[in-house]
Amino acid sequence: MDYFDIFVSILGSTIRLSIPLIFTALAGLFSERAGIVDIGLEGKMLAAAFAAACLAYVSGSAWIGLLGGIGISIGFSMIHGFASITNRGNQIVSGVALNFIAAGLTIVLGQAWFSQGGRTPGLTGDARFSPIILPGADFMRDVPIVGPLYANVISGNNILTYLAFAAVPLSWWILYRTRFGLRLRAVGENPAAVDTAGISVSWLRFRALIVTGILGGFAGAYLAIAQSAAFINNMSAGKGYIALAALIFAKWKPVPVMLACLLFGFLDAVANFMQGKSIPMIGEVPVQIFQALPYVLTCILLAGFIGIAHPPKAGGVPYVKER
Amino acid sequence: MTPHPAIELAGIDKSFGAVHANKNINLTVAKGSIHGIIGENGAGKSTLMSILYGFYQADRGEIRIDGKPITIRDSQTAIASGIGMVHQHFMLVENFTVLENVMLGAEGGQLLAKGVAGARKELKRLEAEYGLDVDPDAIIEELPVGKQQRVEILKALYRGAEILILDEPTGVLTPAEADHLFRILKVLRDQGKTILLITHKLREIMAITDEVSVMRRGEMVATRKTAETTVEELAELMVGRRVLLRVEKGEAQPGKVLLSVKNLTVKDSRGVTMVDDVSFDVREGEILGIAGVAGNGQSELLEAIAGIRKPTSGEILIDGQPVAGLDPARLRELGLAHIPEDRHHMGLVLKFEEYENSVLGYHRDPRYGRGALLDLDAIRKDAEEKIAKYDIRPPNPRLKTANFSGGNQQKIVVAREIERDPKMLIIGQPTRGVDIGAIEFIHRRIVEMRDAQKAVLLVSVELDEIRSLSDRIIVMFAGKVVGEATPDAGEQALGMMMAGAV
Repeated sequence: MDYFDIFVSILGSTIRLSIPLIFTALAGLFSERAGIVDIGLEGKMLAAAFAAACLAYVSGSAWIGLLGGIGISIGFSMIHGFASITNRGNQIVSGVALNFIAAGLTIVLGQAWFSQGGRTPGLTGDARFSPIILPGADFMRDVPIVGPLYANVISGNNILTYLAFAAVPLSWWILYRTRFGLRLRAVGENPAAVDTAGISVSWLRFRALIVTGILGGFAGAYLAIAQSAAFINNMSAGKGYIALAALIFAKWKPVPVMLACLLFGFLDAVANFMQGKSIPMIGEVPVQIFQALPYVLTCILLAGFIGIAHPPKAGGVPYVKER
Repeated sequence: MTPHPAIELAGIDKSFGAVHANKNINLTVAKGSIHGIIGENGAGKSTLMSILYGFYQADRGEIRIDGKPITIRDSQTAIASGIGMVHQHFMLVENFTVLENVMLGAEGGQLLAKGVAGARKELKRLEAEYGLDVDPDAIIEELPVGKQQRVEILKALYRGAEILILDEPTGVLTPAEADHLFRILKVLRDQGKTILLITHKLREIMAITDEVSVMRRGEMVATRKTAETTVEELAELMVGRRVLLRVEKGEAQPGKVLLSVKNLTVKDSRGVTMVDDVSFDVREGEILGIAGVAGNGQSELLEAIAGIRKPTSGEILIDGQPVAGLDPARLRELGLAHIPEDRHHMGLVLKFEEYENSVLGYHRDPRYGRGALLDLDAIRKDAEEKIAKYDIRPPNPRLKTANFSGGNQQKIVVAREIERDPKMLIIGQPTRGVDIGAIEFIHRRIVEMRDAQKAVLLVSVELDEIRSLSDRIIVMFAGKVVGEATPDAGEQALGMMMAGAV
């Protein structure tokens, strides 16, 4: 295998590994820009993956699976909203609780329903999203340089991958070009200003959480019925936290979020590739180094070495009307 | 036929549990006038305005706008009825542009693009008509407070407000900015807008209102034409008895220098120089007042002297002994008492009971316990004595501190610091958010300290307070001492120095 082939192969897996991060980080973006800290992204993704796998298996349709994933993820979001908006509870506690519920419930229900040690039965055919071969991919394959990139990186992904990249400019447009976006950004900075402008703070935040739920559902569905063909125990494997790190790394802005997710996905792809291989002069590099890099980079950022990341000012603080 | 008044309130009544915040309030505000509402803290001004702006519902009574009875259920109804409010703490999104803030809640459609053009045009028109010039693309946090306040006014006007309520609008402004605000308000009035000005500053009432209503303990006690009343009459109406606005005090008998600050420089956490090469002396038996607009380094200076903030360079001497860099506990042992500017953040732990706060910082004293254990009986007895001596109400040392009024909370701090009989007292904003009765009391205590030959350093943004208490005044601007004056110096001269114009 020459170096260019390796490069193309790593790039391809970078894309595949980045997609759940992009969906989840965008989910977190809507929630956090509205002033609701969401540590429960991991749980949403996991629950959505499970629901998507179950429904896709039962119905035989990946689209119904996707809808199921979105539904459960919105449900989790609403519980988070009920605890932290309506009852002004601690947002971290609520989010962590949801993560535990998702981790436990998926295994218990999976075992009870399918008796495969918490896994769901494998999906075939229309029950999962399969790769789409873009027109001309086979023909292009032999064109030097551009060909393999087109055929192996751009073409051959499933529909959710393309939707993830479409969700980035769409999120930007919603945040910066619509009334909903303006109000959402305002409520994350100064809810009192929104309140005195005659807008309901709670309803606005709940709507933001609904968007979070939808995107979280996409993330979960991607894991279970697009990237894999079944739900596996704890298959989110900390991606919700990495997405949160990407969100901070990207300073809560949509396009940088995508770039941060691609970077973290790339590190993950390199880690996978390096497994069991040794670099000349250095020897075998432990993959854990690559796996830890996203967190290390985020820590460096938070410590103020790469500019300053200002979180939304009202983040994590329940809104109580003054006076 | 006379036109309907802009606002009529009839029999407004509001209770919060046992607290009767508004009692049968009647008020008539003529269209195209500036109407002042004055009263002590807790007199019910804010509650009344909140009812008018839809934060609260009145228990009883009627609101008529332009002669039409309306029910104001929320802020949206208030806005739709032509009522705009400029809050004491600005309701602005700090990292938004002026334009975005003005549009928020009145965007004119699901998409922003269309509304933006309209809003720009409207802002231009408002600027031309009322002289409210602000760059629509400026970011709020980069604007000075005076301009931020203008954005608040623009927000209200953009929503078509005919009635403008301003809640303590000059608290954060320099004298020059306040004058500018008053000019704007007069223009607005002359163009037919109605303005309700809530304040506790008598001088402002006299300067710009046409009529003034006085509130006391939830009741509307009087309405006067401003031209036909005096500061003394209004002050008396506010507290219900004659008050001394001037502090009665004899000549100072200054002795030796007790506290000395030499070439002190203090930087804040961002590395910005807040106190710049400041030097002064405070003698026994005198009150040195530091005047200045908030944020010109006074807070950092106080904190450095009190041992809370490390000075970058320079010296602080107590009785000739260098003390810069010592911690607050050590400084207390040397006889330095500190009444901090912000009692909520530094003076008190609001969740503690009164008796706990009454010894906070002095809890290691052997009178209050042995070793690691506190003698609670002794502390409570001590607290009761202070409560009696300082007339702290309610007289209950077991009450949570948050449940005391501002004035009584401040008395808890003042009692704690003064009753230790220190050699030096440094005080920041002794009467911020404190009612007139307590102000008088605290002022008298400060003068008593001076007469007992203590050295007193007083920092206040209230020029009246500085002038009536101090024996000498220095003025700080942008971290430097820009001038020294005597208490009988004119307000204008001091104001010029405070604005850095000298």
